Amino acid sequence: MTIFIIRRFSQSLFVVFLTSLLVFVGVYAIGNPVDILIPADASFAEREAAIRALGLDRSLVAQYGTFLVNALHGDFGRSFVFNQPAISLIFQRLPATLELAFVALAIALVLGIPLGLIAGLKPRSVTDETIMTGSILGFSLPNFWQGMMLIMIFSVWLGWLPSSGRGESGEIFGITTSLATWDGLAHLILPATNLALFQLSLVIRLTRTGVRETMPLDFIKFARAKGLSERRIISVHVMKNILIPIVTVVGMEFGSLIAFAVVTETIFAWPGIGKLLIDSITVLDRPVVVAYLLVVVTMFIFINLAVDIVYSMLDPRIRLSETQ
Amino acid sequence: MTALTHRFQESQSFWARSLRGILGSPKATIALAICLILIATAIFGPALVPQNPYDLAAIDFFDARLPPMSNSMSGTTYWLGTDGQGRDMFSAMVYGLRTSMGVGLFSGVIALAVGTALGLTAAYYGGRIDTLIMRLVDLMLGFPTILVALMLLALLGQGVWKVVLALVIVQWAQFARAVRAAALIERGKEYVEAAASLGLSKPRILFGHMLPNCLPPIIVIGTLQVANAISAEATLSFLGIGLPITEPSLGLLIANGYQTLLSGQYWISVYPGLLLLALVFSINIVGDRLREVLNPRLSER
Repeated sequence: MTIFIIRRFSQSLFVVFLTSLLVFVGVYAIGNPVDILIPADASFAEREAAIRALGLDRSLVAQYGTFLVNALHGDFGRSFVFNQPAISLIFQRLPATLELAFVALAIALVLGIPLGLIAGLKPRSVTDETIMTGSILGFSLPNFWQGMMLIMIFSVWLGWLPSSGRGESGEIFGITTSLATWDGLAHLILPATNLALFQLSLVIRLTRTGVRETMPLDFIKFARAKGLSERRIISVHVMKNILIPIVTVVGMEFGSLIAFAVVTETIFAWPGIGKLLIDSITVLDRPVVVAYLLVVVTMFIFINLAVDIVYSMLDPRIRLSETQ
Repeated sequence: MTALTHRFQESQSFWARSLRGILGSPKATIALAICLILIATAIFGPALVPQNPYDLAAIDFFDARLPPMSNSMSGTTYWLGTDGQGRDMFSAMVYGLRTSMGVGLFSGVIALAVGTALGLTAAYYGGRIDTLIMRLVDLMLGFPTILVALMLLALLGQGVWKVVLALVIVQWAQFARAVRAAALIERGKEYVEAAASLGLSKPRILFGHMLPNCLPPIIVIGTLQVANAISAEATLSFLGIGLPITEPSLGLLIANGYQTLLSGQYWISVYPGLLLLALVFSINIVGDRLREVLNPRLSER
């Protein structure tokens, strides 16, 4: 187990290193950092001074070294727009994004598992067909367009829910969250629904497949023979077995929720890191873009690592096949 | 010669089986019909639409933001209304469909070619080459598509070829993995051994004999990946980091309507969105059906 964790951990570090290299090459080698980092109206002497101060006159390898050392200290440079360290901007906005992602995940699980169960228990029935077609629709609906339709229906036509911003946030157990106030909740419903839909479709499919694979197995027949109620069989014995793949995939998908939050935040003007990224790309605020990419990728890689480790604890076959 | 007839029969029954499978389900039949109609529209559309939406002489600015079914200054009817520049929405959508489909299909085909070649190589040679390719595949599949595409385009900037490049980079691994799995099964079969003992070259065995037998998973994944690519391109274009404004895809048309949505001018974003949905949804339904028909593991159940 320890060997497995060490191996996975070093693989993860290697991927983080690769990503930093890619980002560095993208910003410093493909784009010209002189044009990006120095104002266009600077005089020749000012330019020369700035190039030396930024270390741009040194070799690419030396520059990458500096970049890496700074990044490890959490220093990605200052945002040109906000004139504060890029990394602190990211950490200011991160809670809003995480809140959105967690609420979306909760919606996907609470609705997805029961729907998947219903579909899986009566395969090929009309209900099953309807739910499964619905889930293909959920996969096919372009995320951004679906968000716009939510705004059109619930904000513009019905006027029930606000279409943009985060609203008022309060504190629960010392954590600042929109869930604490009615205003915050009202602002959260549409963006969270928008973000949840894709994951919901995924959870439905996973649950249905799990149920269909588990139901014909012997232990279910045995439980029936023992005279257990159908309700107990499903809620205890079937659920236990299908939860492992669901937990794994959903854990893996948390990263893509953060990525898709970029779209949701842009549509609903949600003040998280995704909107920050798009705004920064538009105004060429490179330090923020670099900080976002490295923070999100690192976060993502370590979520995957955690999921891998938990999964290998739940299912020893994975770790055994790895070590061979 | 025997290998040839073998191959012929296999591929014929494969296409027949796919088609029978699709026609066996009314839902998939309708979806296939929609796909074909949309493809035909994308190819022949520009000859049929009332206006070239990117010819400035054909656009009348006084016609801007007209609701559906209203008449233009010159008397023609705008079936689906006009956008902020006075372009006929219907014509703009047909042009957008062309761009969206073109980018989706083109990047899908390149990803298919790259992924298939790498997957076959990995399966046939095994050993170090296999490990190296599959490590790369695992690395790519570990990241969400949209995150990688976002990263690449944030670094590269806008542009048609950059979008295609980003889409190929995020898609090839899916093909490589599926093809490798299928090819590993094929490699153990007698016809490969026979071809090798006849002294055929490795590339010829790989691409001439094994590839045709690995088609089912390639076709299924190809179908689903084209839908994904179209969707991803639209998302990136909506965010303003995909296609430039000079190559308006459906995603850009929808983004244009975003500003006017709140003031009630719904048609500028609703109709292109419905078209995009119809396109992606019908491709997905066909792909899903193909997977059911062609996947032997599922059909046994």
